[in-house]
Amino acid sequence: MLWAPLAGFVLLAVLVAVGLLRPADRTVLSRMVGRPVPALVLAPAVAGKPGLSTADLKGEVRLVNLFASWCAPCIAEAPQLLALKQAGVRIDGIALRDARADVTRFLADHGDPFDHIGDDPRSTAQLALGSSGVPESFVVDAAGVIRHQHVGPIMPQDMDAILAAIEDAR
Amino acid sequence: MIAEVGHAALWVAAALALAQLIFAAAAFTMRGAALADAVRPVAIVQGLAAVCAFAMLAWLFSRTDLSVLLVALNSHVDKPWLYKIAGTWGNHEGSMLLWVAVLGAAGAAYALLERQLAARTTIATLGAQAAIALGFYAFLLIASNPFTRLNPPAATGLGLNPILQDPGLAFHPPTLYLGYVGLSIAFSIAVGALVTRDVGPDLAKAMRPWVLGAWVLLTLGITAGSYWAYYELGWGGWWFWDPVENASLMPWLAATALLHSISVLAARGALRAWTVMLAVLAFSMSMVGTFLVRSGILTSVHAFAVDPARGSFILALLVIYIGGALALFGWRVGTVRQGATFTAWSREGSLVLNNLLLTAILGIVLVGTLYPLAIEALGLERVSVGPPYFNAATAPLALALMVAMVAGPLIRWRRDDWRETLAKLRLPAGLAVLVAAVVWIAAGWIGLLPLLGLAIAAAVAAGSVAPLWGRNLRRTPLFTWGMVVSHLGVAVSVAGMASESAFTQEVLVAARAGEVHEVGPFRVRFVGIEPISGPNFTALQAVLYAGRRGGAVHELKPQARSFWNPPTETREAALLTSGGGQLYAVLGRQESRGRWQLRLWWKPWVTLIWGGGALIAAGAALSILGRVTRRRRRADRTAYA
Repeated sequence: MLWAPLAGFVLLAVLVAVGLLRPADRTVLSRMVGRPVPALVLAPAVAGKPGLSTADLKGEVRLVNLFASWCAPCIAEAPQLLALKQAGVRIDGIALRDARADVTRFLADHGDPFDHIGDDPRSTAQLALGSSGVPESFVVDAAGVIRHQHVGPIMPQDMDAILAAIEDAR
Repeated sequence: MIAEVGHAALWVAAALALAQLIFAAAAFTMRGAALADAVRPVAIVQGLAAVCAFAMLAWLFSRTDLSVLLVALNSHVDKPWLYKIAGTWGNHEGSMLLWVAVLGAAGAAYALLERQLAARTTIATLGAQAAIALGFYAFLLIASNPFTRLNPPAATGLGLNPILQDPGLAFHPPTLYLGYVGLSIAFSIAVGALVTRDVGPDLAKAMRPWVLGAWVLLTLGITAGSYWAYYELGWGGWWFWDPVENASLMPWLAATALLHSISVLAARGALRAWTVMLAVLAFSMSMVGTFLVRSGILTSVHAFAVDPARGSFILALLVIYIGGALALFGWRVGTVRQGATFTAWSREGSLVLNNLLLTAILGIVLVGTLYPLAIEALGLERVSVGPPYFNAATAPLALALMVAMVAGPLIRWRRDDWRETLAKLRLPAGLAVLVAAVVWIAAGWIGLLPLLGLAIAAAVAAGSVAPLWGRNLRRTPLFTWGMVVSHLGVAVSVAGMASESAFTQEVLVAARAGEVHEVGPFRVRFVGIEPISGPNFTALQAVLYAGRRGGAVHELKPQARSFWNPPTETREAALLTSGGGQLYAVLGRQESRGRWQLRLWWKPWVTLIWGGGALIAAGAALSILGRVTRRRRRADRTAYA
């Protein structure tokens, strides 16, 4: 009984030492990976292109990309998305907390790889997908199940991993 | 040259701490007994050297000496003077130097002032204090030297995180540090008394002024920190259960428990082992708190420094000090003599209940703070523990604690008749029921916890002044007044918390110039947006005219500030205090077509939260005054007898 405080403290010290020596990975992965896409019905974000709903994400493997016109890394990511489209990947977008005119200008400036673009003015779709930032991309298989999540911009060095994840989902 | 003097002073302090430790240890041997007389003077000079090192660093910051790496990284030539000085402790190395300077100064003050304890115990205490200081000096000199030069010097300096550029910051960390480190004396006394097997009422009397003083400063620091987060972060809340807030709350909880068990030990000679345990726990929590903040292993809004090498160093120190003290406790506490006995229904019994509840709350906060770390260490998943857990887990215990607080001071020492106590409790209980009924009728159902909070606050207010009942107020000792004022402060603060959570009204509007919006009893007119420039930032400032319907109109100017060194944005809330409540306005983003997001809160009685905190601290200050004057009077009497 008298040694209980010491035992408790030793436990605490071991715990803290583990936390210190294993540098923490601060990326937060979605719990939705491996589950069907939650029910979404998003209005079109720009004129002349359909919005996005869960039904659109069935029948074919698709990449769902969360982006915003105010997001600088999304600009860095744009060429890779265009290259994926060239490679035959079907891509849908979700525009986060954005204005129609800004999205239109963003697509004109940096290219438009998207089949559908859903408008998510209050981040509800983003939260439902379990995403914690922009940009983020999800690989969705033909059955509408999320198979892979990529946090942060898709850079040239990430292309192989993304293409492999898409191949897996097929 | 200033940097070199500071660096040398730090080495001198470290060497003297080593000498102090060796002399103290030697004093317990046959041949070294003569060295006992040297321990006190060495402790005093060691404290002076540590304070000198800190003063040199503050001088470097006030001159913005950019040939010193730390200054170049954390200051800027354009910074206002107050924040240049505050920049001294707004960074890792400087804050650690402040920590050891306070530690050294506390040791010196103890060496100068201690008259209560047996000479052997005082020497052992100073030895323990030297051991702690030595470790932290080594940490600074080896792993965090604040005096490293930068060659060639920087041109302007990198700046200080703008959120920290606030008068609140200038005094918040030093206040907390003084409190944390004041508890080191209680820790050292406990260790010293275990070493000399001298645990008795004298120990409590020697600790009491230090614990009271530390407790005043911790209370003030936490209160000020809460108010700072409230107006600076612009989120409208006053407590976020952030790991760093918890780091300051845990020593406070332990010190509060210690304060009450000290009063039992001093007055009745009971609770000996328990008081020693709490004294060890309180300073251990201070060190763990500093460590959690400084190592960055828990992410939080306060994340300043993330450095595993330094973290490992401090962890090793913690293991030595806390582990050593707890091992000594396990080894020696069996030799502590049984104190005076008491029945469950007695003042002592109520104070034991107070101790158990406070320790349980401390456990809840500790578990909640470290739980994410434990889950991650086990490789399970990543979680964060938020206010719902803390509020739900601590509120019932806090309310139970307050019930004990009403009854405790009305119960006699040793034993009492519970029927008599219940009779005394009729007035507070009746008042609680009355308040609950009035609130329910006037405001409807406001939720269980806020309603209970308001009712129990009324009972505590009545119970806290009850000890004055039937006393000659002039002849009532100051420390009794201190208890009354502190307990009243708790009632005031809890009333503020309950009313903030029950009655706050919030509106979020997209306002266009000229529009009028309403929140609570206020009408707020949005006049427009104007750009302004400060000493090291530019800002957009909204001009609002706010007033109660038909009442005087006041101008409010919430700002969205952009700092350029380093580039950061902050939101400065604007506050209008009226009848104990506050109108709280935050300027948000620009919406399209000339509309601006405005967030407005009306928080009735919210200022009671901090007013109560100030009362709690004032009560403890009165207690210190009472103990000191009584001791002096007693000394005078013996001198003339």
